[in-house]
Amino acid sequence: MHHVLVDQWSQGSSPLHARDPRAKLLVLVTFLVALATTAGNAFPTLAVDAALLAAGALIAGLPLGRLLLRAMAILPFSVTFGIISWLAGEHLRAIALVEKSYLSTVAVLLLVGTTPLPRLLSGLEALGTPRLLVLLAQFLYRYLFVISEQAQHLRLAAACREGSSGAHRHGKFRAAAGALAVLFARSYYRAEGIHQAMLARAFTGRFSPLNPLRFGPADGFFTAVIGAMLILARIQ
Amino acid sequence: MTPLIEVRDLRFQYEDGTQALDGINFTLHAGETVALFGANGSGKTTFVLQLNGILQGQGSVTVCGLPVTKDNLATVRSKIGMVFQDSDEQLFMPTVLEDVAFGPLNQGLTSQQAIEKAIAALKQARMEHAANKAPYHLSAGEKRKVALAGVLAMDPEILVLDEPTTFLDPPAQRNLVHLLSELPQAKLIVTHNTRFAGALAQRAVFFERGKLVADGTVQEIVQRFDWTYSALAPEDLRYLAQRRL
Repeated sequence: MHHVLVDQWSQGSSPLHARDPRAKLLVLVTFLVALATTAGNAFPTLAVDAALLAAGALIAGLPLGRLLLRAMAILPFSVTFGIISWLAGEHLRAIALVEKSYLSTVAVLLLVGTTPLPRLLSGLEALGTPRLLVLLAQFLYRYLFVISEQAQHLRLAAACREGSSGAHRHGKFRAAAGALAVLFARSYYRAEGIHQAMLARAFTGRFSPLNPLRFGPADGFFTAVIGAMLILARIQ
Repeated sequence: MTPLIEVRDLRFQYEDGTQALDGINFTLHAGETVALFGANGSGKTTFVLQLNGILQGQGSVTVCGLPVTKDNLATVRSKIGMVFQDSDEQLFMPTVLEDVAFGPLNQGLTSQQAIEKAIAALKQARMEHAANKAPYHLSAGEKRKVALAGVLAMDPEILVLDEPTTFLDPPAQRNLVHLLSELPQAKLIVTHNTRFAGALAQRAVFFERGKLVADGTVQEIVQRFDWTYSALAPEDLRYLAQRRL
């Protein structure tokens, strides 16, 4: 799956990987706000933003080409809306939509590519994200693989019984709908099993973190310097 | 000597009315390894889930001298380590180390103590090399060993293994036999695999429609209920040989 690669990137050991997730999250929020409020034709500012992202990727040792390629996943959506804006005569907005959405995606990929998900979630929780949301994200991430594997098995089982002529479109739709229902039911039973396994290991409803986060002077310096650069680039 | 597990007249009915356990009496002593045999749906898994209070029926269940009641659940769950049939359900944390440390952290240990316990348990299960891996990157055999490490890290006095050979290839099953035979804890093994059970257990019990109907050596139980791993009885084999002629 696509996020396996990003998962591998996040296990690196660069200065950017070493930063506390809260510092990176604060810088990301600053970046996104600065980018969102930048005019679509403020090309020097956008160039500084893009250069910062490229520098971040290089410092983190991430393959820039693959990172930029992966960020293109956003383009089908943003280009669609960009075309609509262009046809409506709002050319500047159309360009801004595409370039800002793309740069935002690169920034988010840079964050998740330099922060293991458990630490990223701990950072979000420390910054005030509700615990329930963090837990949901954690379990969704963990079981995405298992559920997708089950979905693949169901798809394979359906394909094996399709016959050489293939099913009609209506039949295929019914089979897909049935498989989805089975997948939901299995996910429910799996959730019950996971809960039992958690209880069996003395779970009382609260996760205790194994590696508590530490926001050191280097993290403060990183947040202040990059944040200041983004704000300066934005107001000039 | 006080038994590690003592169950008296245990009854349990599911919400749909299925009588899953019907008057079970059972005792497990320190150092014993007991295999639980029986057909699918005969009550074996329901029985073991009663031992740590995940399911609670009528009758009495005592673990290490403690009655399994709401007040004692935390202590009882530290005494019984349960390895579930599907390791994916047991390995829910993002990394192997975090998963194995999950139990010790719930027992109130500090992060450092929990990490030490987790590493020791991973070494015991010969999986220390996988500490920083994500569980979904492991093979079925490795997942089973990590799941075992997860319960060993809690220093249990009893190990309960529900169908431990499921999804494992023969070499992985042999590895598991070796690993389990080295562990000093008393063990309850729910299995259909009589060879696996015979390699580890001295005693076996047989479940039939929610009742514990026999208690003896593994060999006695296997012979009495014709519980061999072969799918075909000798008369079936003779019949098929005649058909081929």
